[in-house]
Amino acid sequence: MATTTKEFTIADASGRASEIEGEVPGETMAINVGPSHPTTHGVLRLMMELDGDEIEKCEPVLGYLHRGDEKIAENMTYNQFVPYTDRLDYLAPLANNVAYAMAVEKLAHLEVPERCEAIRVLCCELARISSHLLGIGVYGMDAGAWTVFMYTFTEREKLYTLFEELTGARFTTSYTRIGGVARDIPEGWLGRVLEFCNGVLPVIDQVDKLLTRNRIFMDRTMGIGVISKEDAIAYGITGPNLRASGFDLDLRKDRPYLGYDKYDFEVPVGTKGDCYDRYLMRAEEVRQSVSIVRQVIDKFPEGPYYAEEAKKIFAPPKSKILSSMEELIQNFMIVTEGPQIPPGEVYFEAENPKGALGFYIVSKGGGVPYRLKIRGPSFCNLSILDKMIPGHYLTDITVILGSLDFVMGECDR
Amino acid sequence: MAEIDFALLKERFDYLTERESADHLAVNCPSEKLVEFCTVLRDEFGFDMLVDVTAVDWDARSPRFTGIYHFLSTSKHEYLRVAADCPDDINPALPTLCGLYAAANWHERETFDLMGIRYEGHPNLRRILMWDAYPYHPLRKDFPLAGIEVPLPAADVAEQTKASVIAAPMMGGPFVSSGDGPMSQTEPRARDESWTETKEKPTD
Repeated sequence: MATTTKEFTIADASGRASEIEGEVPGETMAINVGPSHPTTHGVLRLMMELDGDEIEKCEPVLGYLHRGDEKIAENMTYNQFVPYTDRLDYLAPLANNVAYAMAVEKLAHLEVPERCEAIRVLCCELARISSHLLGIGVYGMDAGAWTVFMYTFTEREKLYTLFEELTGARFTTSYTRIGGVARDIPEGWLGRVLEFCNGVLPVIDQVDKLLTRNRIFMDRTMGIGVISKEDAIAYGITGPNLRASGFDLDLRKDRPYLGYDKYDFEVPVGTKGDCYDRYLMRAEEVRQSVSIVRQVIDKFPEGPYYAEEAKKIFAPPKSKILSSMEELIQNFMIVTEGPQIPPGEVYFEAENPKGALGFYIVSKGGGVPYRLKIRGPSFCNLSILDKMIPGHYLTDITVILGSLDFVMGECDR
Repeated sequence: MAEIDFALLKERFDYLTERESADHLAVNCPSEKLVEFCTVLRDEFGFDMLVDVTAVDWDARSPRFTGIYHFLSTSKHEYLRVAADCPDDINPALPTLCGLYAAANWHERETFDLMGIRYEGHPNLRRILMWDAYPYHPLRKDFPLAGIEVPLPAADVAEQTKASVIAAPMMGGPFVSSGDGPMSQTEPRARDESWTETKEKPTD
C-alpha cells in the first residue's frame, strides 16, 4: 500500500511561540521505583523525575530496612552481637562475622593463632565467591539473561551446604567469636571445599561464554553508569565498584590482615568504570578467590583454632567446660559479663565482597561496647546514585543498580 | 612512603592534640578549624578518601557530642581519625565537609538523623534512615533501647488504622551483666528495664 504524506503549515507558528513569556516548561513525570521492586534487590526506593524516557533527577530513599543495629550493639556483649553482623551483608555473613571479630580483637590487642586465621581466610573467600556468584547471576537476570542465574545459583547452593557443615547454618552463620571461631572445621571438609573449587571454575567459564561476549549484554552494559576514578574516591566507593573505575585499592593487598600477604593473588582493576567493567571485576574475583582458597588449603596449619591465652575473652570448647571446674567458671563469666575488652577506640575495615566493611568501636572496658558504628560499603556505594543516574534512560536503572551489587541490610543497618 | 605521625601534623597545626587510640593515628581538632584542617589533609597529606563519619554521645560528660571522621590515604594506605567536639551540648553542631568530600553528604545526614548533630552548611540536611517527621535521635544515650511511641509516618494510614509506631517489647531483650558489683547484682538482665509491655512507660 502506497503511503502519502500530507504537508501542512501552521500560520505564524514562530510568532505565536514568541508571545509565551520566558522558558516553556517541559512536562516531566515523577516515577517511583521501589521500595519493593525486583530491580532494587531489597528495599531501596528511587524517586525520579523523567523527561520523556530520560531521567533528570534521581533521589534515593533509604531506611526501609533500618533496624538500629548500632543501638542494639551498645546494649549487648560483644559475642551477642555476632548474629547481628550476619544480617548486615546477608549474602556474605561469614565475611561480616570475621570483620567484626577482627575489629574487637584489635581493640583487645589479641592475636589469633595461625589455624584460626586460615579458617577465617577460607570463610572470607568462600563468602566472596558465594556473594559474587549471586551478584553475577542476578546481574545476568537484570540484563535479561535468565540462564546464568540457574548456573551460578546451583554452585552457590553447593557452597551453602559447605557452610552448613562448617557452622551449622546455611545463611546466618554466626561463626566467629571474639578470639577465635565457634568450632574447628569438620573432618574431610577441606577436601569437599577443594571439590567445590574444581567445580566452580568451569561454571565461571561457562558464564563467561554466556555473558562476556554476548552482544545484547554488552550493548546494555557498556558505557552505562560510568563512575570516574575521581568520583569514586570522592564518594568513598570501595570494593569491586571502585576497582572497576580503574583505581587499585584492595585492603587485602594494601593493608594485609589475616595473613593475606602470604597468599599470591591478583587484584583485577577495570578501565572505564561502567556497568560492564563492574561485572568483569566480580567474575575475575571469583577466580582469584578460588586460587586463594586452594593456597590456604595447601598449607593448612595445625594448632588451636582460638586464642588459648585469652582467658577473659574466649570461652573454652564445650568438652572442656563439662569436665573441668576452672573452664566452667571461665565460660560462666564470659557468657554473663561478656568478653573483657580494654578501654579504647578502634576502627577496622575489611575488604568484603561488597567493599570495605568498617567497624568503629569505642570501649569503656568491660563486656559491652560503648559505641559501635558500622560503615556499610553499600551505603557509600549507593550515595553516588543521585549523581550517576541522571542522563540515563529509565531502562538503564535495572542495569545500573544490578551492577552496583548492593545489599540493603548493610546500607540501612 | 612517608609515615604520618603526630609531630608532623602538630608542626603545621598547633591547635591539634593527640587522641588516644588503639590503632591508627588520631587527633582532636577544634570544630571551628575542622574545614581548614581537612582541606590541607586532603590536598597536601593525601587523605583523599573520607571513609566514615559518625559521632559519639558521651552522655553526662561535657562536651557531650564528639564528631568522629575517618580518612584513608589511598596512596599511603594509612588511616587517620579526626575527632571534633561539638561546643554546644544542647544544640550540637559541626561544620560540614560536603564541600571537600562528596562522601560526607550521606554520612552527615545519617549522623544528623541518628545523633542529632547539625552540620552547618550541609546542602541537604534531612533524615536519611528514619522518616522525615521522626521526632527523636535514636542513637543518643538518653533514648531508650525499646524506642518511644510515635505516630505513623503516613497520616492517612494512621487515621484509618488508629495505629502508631509502638516501642519494642523488652521482655527477653538482650541480657547483659553490668559487670561490676557482687554477683547477686550482676546477674544478666535486660539493660533497659524502665518499662516493658507489662509495665507502663514512665511519664516525665
